[in-house]
Amino acid sequence: MEYFIQQLLNGLTLGSIYGLVAIGYTMVYGIIGMINFAHGDIFMLGGFAALIVFLVLTSFIAGVPVALALLIMMVVAMLVTSLWNWTIERVAYRPLRGSFRLAPLITAIGMSIVLSNFIQVTQGPRNKPIPPLVNDVFHFGEVTVSLKQLVIVLVTAVLLTIFWYIVNKTPLGRAQRATEQDRKMAALLGVDVDRTISITFIMGASLAAVAGTMYLMYYGVASFADGFIPGVKAFTAAVLGGIGSLPGAVLGGLLIGLIESLWSAYFSIAYKDVATFAILAFVLIFKPTGILGRPEVEKV
Amino acid sequence: MTSGNTTMTRDTILKVEHLSMRFGGLMAINDLSLEARRGEITALIGPNGAGKTTVFNCITGFYKPTMGMITMNRRNGEQHLLERLSDFEITKKAKVARTFQNIRLFSGLTVLENLLVAQHNKLMKASGYTIMGLLGLGSYKREAEGSIELARQWLEKADLIDRADDPAGDLPYGAQRRLEIARAMCTGPELLCLDEPAAGLNPKESLALNTLLNSIRDETGTSILLIEHDMSVVMEISDHVVVLEYGQKISDGTPDHVKNDPKVIAAYLGVDDDELEDVIHEELDGGSH
Amino acid sequence: MPNTNSTAKETAPGVMAQAVKEGLLAGVLAFGMFLLYVGVETYQNIDNALVWRMRWGLLAIFVAIAAIGRFLVVGFVKPHIDRRKLAKAKAGIPEVSDEKGFFHRHFLKIALIFLVLYPPIIVSLNGVQGSLKYVDNFGIQILIYVMLAWGLNVVVGLAGLLDLGYVAFYAVGAYSYALLSDTFGLSFWLLLPLAGILAAFWGIILGFPVLRLRGDYLAIVTLAFGEIIRLVLMNWTEVTGGTAGISGVAKASIFGIWSFDVGADNNFAKVFGLPMSSAYYKIFLFYVILALCLITAYVTIKLRSMPIGRAWEALREDEIACRSLGIDTVKTKLTAFAIGAMFGGFAGSFFAARQGFVSPESFVFLESAVILAIVVLGGMGSLTGIAIAAVVMIGGTELLREMEFLKHVFGEDFTPELYRMLLFGLAMVAVMLFKPRGFVGSREPTAFLKERKAVSGSFTKEGHG
Repeated sequence: MEYFIQQLLNGLTLGSIYGLVAIGYTMVYGIIGMINFAHGDIFMLGGFAALIVFLVLTSFIAGVPVALALLIMMVVAMLVTSLWNWTIERVAYRPLRGSFRLAPLITAIGMSIVLSNFIQVTQGPRNKPIPPLVNDVFHFGEVTVSLKQLVIVLVTAVLLTIFWYIVNKTPLGRAQRATEQDRKMAALLGVDVDRTISITFIMGASLAAVAGTMYLMYYGVASFADGFIPGVKAFTAAVLGGIGSLPGAVLGGLLIGLIESLWSAYFSIAYKDVATFAILAFVLIFKPTGILGRPEVEKV
Repeated sequence: MTSGNTTMTRDTILKVEHLSMRFGGLMAINDLSLEARRGEITALIGPNGAGKTTVFNCITGFYKPTMGMITMNRRNGEQHLLERLSDFEITKKAKVARTFQNIRLFSGLTVLENLLVAQHNKLMKASGYTIMGLLGLGSYKREAEGSIELARQWLEKADLIDRADDPAGDLPYGAQRRLEIARAMCTGPELLCLDEPAAGLNPKESLALNTLLNSIRDETGTSILLIEHDMSVVMEISDHVVVLEYGQKISDGTPDHVKNDPKVIAAYLGVDDDELEDVIHEELDGGSH
Repeated sequence: MPNTNSTAKETAPGVMAQAVKEGLLAGVLAFGMFLLYVGVETYQNIDNALVWRMRWGLLAIFVAIAAIGRFLVVGFVKPHIDRRKLAKAKAGIPEVSDEKGFFHRHFLKIALIFLVLYPPIIVSLNGVQGSLKYVDNFGIQILIYVMLAWGLNVVVGLAGLLDLGYVAFYAVGAYSYALLSDTFGLSFWLLLPLAGILAAFWGIILGFPVLRLRGDYLAIVTLAFGEIIRLVLMNWTEVTGGTAGISGVAKASIFGIWSFDVGADNNFAKVFGLPMSSAYYKIFLFYVILALCLITAYVTIKLRSMPIGRAWEALREDEIACRSLGIDTVKTKLTAFAIGAMFGGFAGSFFAARQGFVSPESFVFLESAVILAIVVLGGMGSLTGIAIAAVVMIGGTELLREMEFLKHVFGEDFTPELYRMLLFGLAMVAVMLFKPRGFVGSREPTAFLKERKAVSGSFTKEGHG
């Protein structure tokens, strides 16, 4: 039982990270109907930004408090990735809006290749390790909870609350939802569609940057190739939860995290990703719109 | 028409019995029964939201009805229960073809290719499900030429022969409508279902459409079931009109009969309150018909 | 974008001011973007600890390129393009692609003759041993991608089904050949069709449950299947050799008559009294893959004008209309999937015979992405366009390996290969931005009454699945 709870906790932690990244996928998909393949690499960029900030910071100020360091890492990573995602949307996606549907998908895949190779070229192909930031652990009987797990879950929860508030309660969120429903009509009603889409990309990138920072803190390494697998899993999470649905993305992320950790614990680590993908396939085959997705009515 | 065991007259091609379709809490069609006779043009009319297109989608298999029975009588005596067939089988086996309210052409294929796609099943068989055709065996070549010939005939009827090699998406609106009908006819249907064929047409195009529909009925013996808003089209070409309102049938008969049915007038024109009372009185006085 | 300079009437100083402003903005933006990643170099020191140092010079170059680039685009390139567009509009020349029927046909013939003569030309220029690089790295490598992209074209370009896991079938073909030739000692010529059939079979098995999914759902499930197959190959060590893969895969022979095994009595070079070289094998393989490509092209062209091919294209245009015409869309999709998979399987078994080695490394998602990119960049459905895209993208990146002179420019430790995929990605983005419909955007109709007129890309749809 303790073992199970332990795995549940691990899964929850991992799932929080996937959920944060998944929101970026689901928002962009919701608003412009495009799979933003480069989003996983934005997550990777976020991790790298945090890593570099950490290095610079610790070399200037020796005894910087960990909480403060994490906060600075997170904020800088958010700023930098937002800048990147905003620029990418401007340069590579916006000119193709309303054109051939596969064109932005291809540029997104191209961007993904560019980003990971850019980091490989500028920062080198090897894994970048950092010393552990947060070491404290708490014991509850047999169950061990590390402080970093708590931080991850807590930060995720706080961010999701803020995020939920923005999307549901602010004019910006209203503009986003309107653009999602009907872009042309929203534009006619005075919503600045381009700006709304840009902000969506910025929001997605910020959440991915936080996830990247958390990932770095959790595992202690960053690599240029880290964008792909977590990216695909986060996208899987978004689809599993019902693409276009924000609670769905979080739910999907948590589920993927749980499946992964429970499968590794009870069956085989080697096949954990197979399990994730197989479950995705099953869900989609039997409930093609995901768990919380709106059923797609076929208009004849 | 109250029970399903009424003997089916020889000339009934399509019989809809107690059809209901529910979407969540909305009853789009409620216990609807109607018949279409062979060789006739039957029109299904009604105000917006009356459920006409839903009836069509049930007949052509795009929706599965919640309840009810839809029987198609083929010329060769075969009977098909349409609610049990999937959409493509309805065209393939029961020989019911349809068009769409929002035209659905293969816009990147040429006009001719559109008509060839419609002859898919016949050609597949002739090409030995591709394998024989790939090897150049069997009757594929002859059949392929025949299919082009059939397409040519329909292009001439629909007055599209000059545009045969242009992309379908390049045609003007009225021509697209006619092409969609010609394409449906190339599947060799016995019943042709047209969803608002005259919508958006100018008077000249509308006239051309009437001619096309009349020639389909008279020359090929294909029965037609159509949804239409344009009363001039309905009254001019239909042999039989069924009126729907709120998913229920409110009138059924010849164009003249329907035109003068006060219920229809009320449903269509909307009436002032006192007028409505008159209508209701008339209705009550008129008793049952 | 706050560009108000789209009209040519605007005075040059206005444009210049705008250009300076946007150039500066781009510089600031680039500074923010590149400060951390380019400006800071992280490396491990002697104690294996991660440390950093600044690279101001490199950062300055990046920022300068961004600023000057933007300045030039806004100040000169854009006004120039606008002027030309305006002039064109005034002259009333419609932007229709020229009739190229005659040249088109000629071009294909010339290309084919060139391909057939390619190995002898290379051998006569560089000698037998020297031809190895050109025949293998350029010729065979490009042709493999041509074949894969033509195979995927059936699924994506014709049937409009977005398949992001195509590499799975390539893997099935490669492993089928490697395992079956290893275990049963069967020959390449027997296993080639078998690998294709097995891949097609897998295509049907994987396709059957997922083909009723639409659009992006199909894309993600195919991606998932592709990854599942790769992960199974990677972890099922007893059979597939795991990450180490299978080495020593048997070579193909010239129909069993002559062999390319060094020790064999009927070794090609021995029989003909030629000096030993692996180049003969590569030249032979070049013709094999060329033949396979031609078969793929022939079958695709043939199928397109048959009912099944037309149904594929109709499916891409409008699935609902297809069903209303009595077409069994599930079966139609499955055949597209199976045939696409079959070509992938052929290519896979060829790949295994060429490399003599297979491992999961060769079948990562990136490969699927590259193949898909070639299909889309070429212009969906157009065999010529796809072949051009494969030559440009694969040949271009291979060419980069050869650019030794760059070392003289950038210094000795410059390795052009590192930039290969970076440039590949940039090229993907650039081509899409300038030609969203790919190199060949129009489509050739499969039947005609009076004259064959190409259908402009603006009418064709890209499918929903």
